[in-house]
Amino acid sequence: MGKTSPPQWAMKLLARFADPNTSEEVQGDLLEMYDYWVRQFGATNARRRYIWNVIKLMRPFARDKKSQQYSKTYSASPAMIRNYFKVAFRNLTKNRGYSVINIGGLAAGMAVALMIGLWIHDEFSFNKYHNNYDRIAKVMQHVTVAGKVYNGEYMPGPLGNELRTQYADDFKYVVMSSFVGEHIVAHGDKKFTKKGFYMSPEVTEMLSLKMIQGTRAGLKDQTSIMLSESVARVLFDTEDPVGKIVKVDNAMNLKVTGVYEDLPYNTEFRDMTFIAPWDLYVSTQDWVKTALDNAEWDNNSWQILAQINPNSNFEAISKKIRDVKLKHTPQTAYMKPVIYLQPMSKWHLYTGWDASGNIHARIQYVWLFGTIGFFVLLLASINFMNLSTARSEKRAKEVGIRKAIGSQRGQLIGQFLSESLLVVACSFVLSIALVLLLLPAFNSLADKQIAFFWTNPMFWLAGMTFCLITGLVSGSYPALYLSSFQPVKVLKGSFALGRFAAVPRKVLVVLQFTVSVTLIIGTIIVYRQIQHAKNRPIGFDRNGLINININTPELYNQYNVLRRSLLETGAVVEMSTSSTEPTKTSSNNGGFEWEGKDPNFKDNFSTVAVTHDFGKTIGWQFVGGRDFSRAFSTDSTGMVMNESALTYIGFKKPEDMIGKYMKWNGVKYTVVGVIKDMLMDSPFEKVRPALFMVNYGWANVINIKLNPALPARESLDKIEAVFRKLNPGSPFDFKFADQQYAVKFATEERIAKLASVFAVLAVMISCLGLFGLASFTAEQRTKEIGIRKVLGATVPNLWALLSKDFVLLVIIACLISIPLAWYLLSNWLLSYQYRTEISWWIFVVSTLGALSVTLLTVSYQAVRAALLDPVKSLKSE
Amino acid sequence: MKRTFLGEFEEVVLLTVAILGENAYAVTVAQELELKTGRSVGFSSVHTTLQRLEEKAYLSSVMGGATAERGGRRKRFFVVTALGQKVLREVRQVRDDLWNALPPSAFQLTKG
Repeated sequence: MGKTSPPQWAMKLLARFADPNTSEEVQGDLLEMYDYWVRQFGATNARRRYIWNVIKLMRPFARDKKSQQYSKTYSASPAMIRNYFKVAFRNLTKNRGYSVINIGGLAAGMAVALMIGLWIHDEFSFNKYHNNYDRIAKVMQHVTVAGKVYNGEYMPGPLGNELRTQYADDFKYVVMSSFVGEHIVAHGDKKFTKKGFYMSPEVTEMLSLKMIQGTRAGLKDQTSIMLSESVARVLFDTEDPVGKIVKVDNAMNLKVTGVYEDLPYNTEFRDMTFIAPWDLYVSTQDWVKTALDNAEWDNNSWQILAQINPNSNFEAISKKIRDVKLKHTPQTAYMKPVIYLQPMSKWHLYTGWDASGNIHARIQYVWLFGTIGFFVLLLASINFMNLSTARSEKRAKEVGIRKAIGSQRGQLIGQFLSESLLVVACSFVLSIALVLLLLPAFNSLADKQIAFFWTNPMFWLAGMTFCLITGLVSGSYPALYLSSFQPVKVLKGSFALGRFAAVPRKVLVVLQFTVSVTLIIGTIIVYRQIQHAKNRPIGFDRNGLINININTPELYNQYNVLRRSLLETGAVVEMSTSSTEPTKTSSNNGGFEWEGKDPNFKDNFSTVAVTHDFGKTIGWQFVGGRDFSRAFSTDSTGMVMNESALTYIGFKKPEDMIGKYMKWNGVKYTVVGVIKDMLMDSPFEKVRPALFMVNYGWANVINIKLNPALPARESLDKIEAVFRKLNPGSPFDFKFADQQYAVKFATEERIAKLASVFAVLAVMISCLGLFGLASFTAEQRTKEIGIRKVLGATVPNLWALLSKDFVLLVIIACLISIPLAWYLLSNWLLSYQYRTEISWWIFVVSTLGALSVTLLTVSYQAVRAALLDPVKSLKSE
Repeated sequence: MKRTFLGEFEEVVLLTVAILGENAYAVTVAQELELKTGRSVGFSSVHTTLQRLEEKAYLSSVMGGATAERGGRRKRFFVVTALGQKVLREVRQVRDDLWNALPPSAFQLTKG
């Protein structure tokens, strides 16, 4: 007998792949043959023969014949799966209360997550409508003044040509554009105020506008105009608009050369209801023409869009064009102007910086809401897990019996998982229904036009994956845990879950309430911040104040006629014009000189042109000096400044400045008065130093103070009659100052509303879970409560006994969430210059609120259990 | 009756099983074949043929007891069934008939 044996690997191979029906004897036979071969031919030859025979005897696809005679009891067979779901369904209907809590809570959580998901998807698909999305950029610049970084999209006019000619290799198109403006668009007797742009003709190609009529080449001619589909429809109804004449601002007759599909709501240019040629803008607006002709590199008043060539990239071009402005305006070197490209993919979410140049933009809200959505879903999943594990004791017997009659652990896991998948599936269907129901409200709340994508396979795939993951994750703990019970112990009745079985459950409850309380505190602080800004003194009276844009030539140079006519109606107390409405500033200038000015001081003021009657119209308040008056002829070069300007210049008392001069562009203005700061810009920021100068020529807006004695409707009718007479060419469009002011809070109010909705939902979901847990504990302790009652416990005793545990958990949650919320919210508040304090009472109120909600939730169950007749509860079993 | 064909190798294997009697299993069959025919016989082909013959019901098999020498693995012993015997006989009958029909001069040609 040889001492050798055949190669191990070949033996293993044979054991693994031989025909299962004959595997044993074949292995034995071959071993015997091997010995025989060794004797006959020697070890080497025998090995070769062995291997060769092994290879020939492999039957990797052969199946065991005996096993095929019976059906296999593997847990994934269709019959078994059907049974899992049947049992799951029976379990759900048996415990209706739990099922409702489970499914309802999970559905609410999923609906929130879905909606947030839709919202985030919408945010990220912003501007993707444009085919050249990846190659379009906005030319922007940032300057650094006194350590603070300012980013802006206001660009000098000559830059466009410079980019077009000097960097022709990099740019496919460079488009000059005005900022969005309201213009009167008229055809026949139909007149509307519509928002539109003046843009270079290439814009149609760049933005890949979908032409409904005409071609994209329609803006080449200076007297042409392109309309959006909706504007074309209101102006021309069913007529063919192409070739027709549209009168813009009652001055320019433009021929319609094309109609493009309305840009969707989630695009930057959704307001672009018409496009007029840039050249028309230049030739009709003198200030633009001058700026371009004289190459005013220091006049930043336009927007420049660009599409780069396929072989270029944004970073490289940004590097190249970095110093273009500096080269032409060496005098601005002190603020280090840097020109760069902001890609379209970053416009919506990444445009916004704080003073030190860090991103402070919409993407943060995406993160915020993404996190909230995740947490709300987490809360709902936690509910599910908690309720399932809490009920595990009840189902322990079931598990025991199942195991005793031969269920394998895998089958039990399968059963519990299918149960949780069923719940998740029900919740998913319910949550879709909820989303469909709530989407319109959500859209108006979030200022979106999100549609539910029924037909998007990716969405369904994502939804299914999401369901599967939620089901598996939230079902895994009960599944693994319950299936691990030992049947003997469980059935004998000596089964106890141990002291620490409830610990994970408690941790989860604490987690839930930490999230909820943090959300409550956050919501309160956001609301406080808004209220704080709303309560801020605004320095003028916006009640009954309306403003009307001056956008037709008829309204220029008619100041006195207009004023007289309006005052005659009796509906108007006062009227004036100004360069900007009192709820915003639109012009910032430097280059002022005054007595004692430090020559190195780079001044920058908001400048507003007003008329003598402006002060009386808006009711500004003087801290020193006087208002403009026609009684002083010198007031035609008078100036009023706000307190911020006074301190900015370096004076403390108004008297220091009054009577002195401010020189600007060669004109000497005499300061006649100092007013309290007027809140014209963001209510969350410091008031900028502002100078008000009398100038009847620089007027963009008519401000009117309505007569408070008359109803507003009546006054407006009278005013409209005046405007119809003096300015027949344009529609009577006006805006209330208080409404315009309210718009400034829109973003914050939106966040506050969304946050409060989510907070309420989070609290609701948490309470739902708590309710389930409380009812479970009460049920579990029925006997204990019965005995306690027999021994003389009162209802309040029992109530305290049952509520204590939960209250403790919620208090722990509050203690965790208070520092957390404080940290998060104080960071958030840092982004506002004018901000509220986080006062201690907010935390107290939130904690008390959470506690009272908890008590309310738990008490129902606790009191019910405590009121139960002990005879009944002790009689059972 | 549908005729069952018996291949030449199958016939030899079937006969060998019959010869070996109670000690007929794959290894002995293979060795015996080598001994008797003097030709090298692949073990795997013997094994496969035995399986096929059993499928055709010419052989029946039964597992033996545990053994010491081959890693404790059992042997599968084969016995020729009644059907197997019948088929062998038929084959032989055909041969005999053919031999008998052979004219006596036939082999003289080849011998000469």
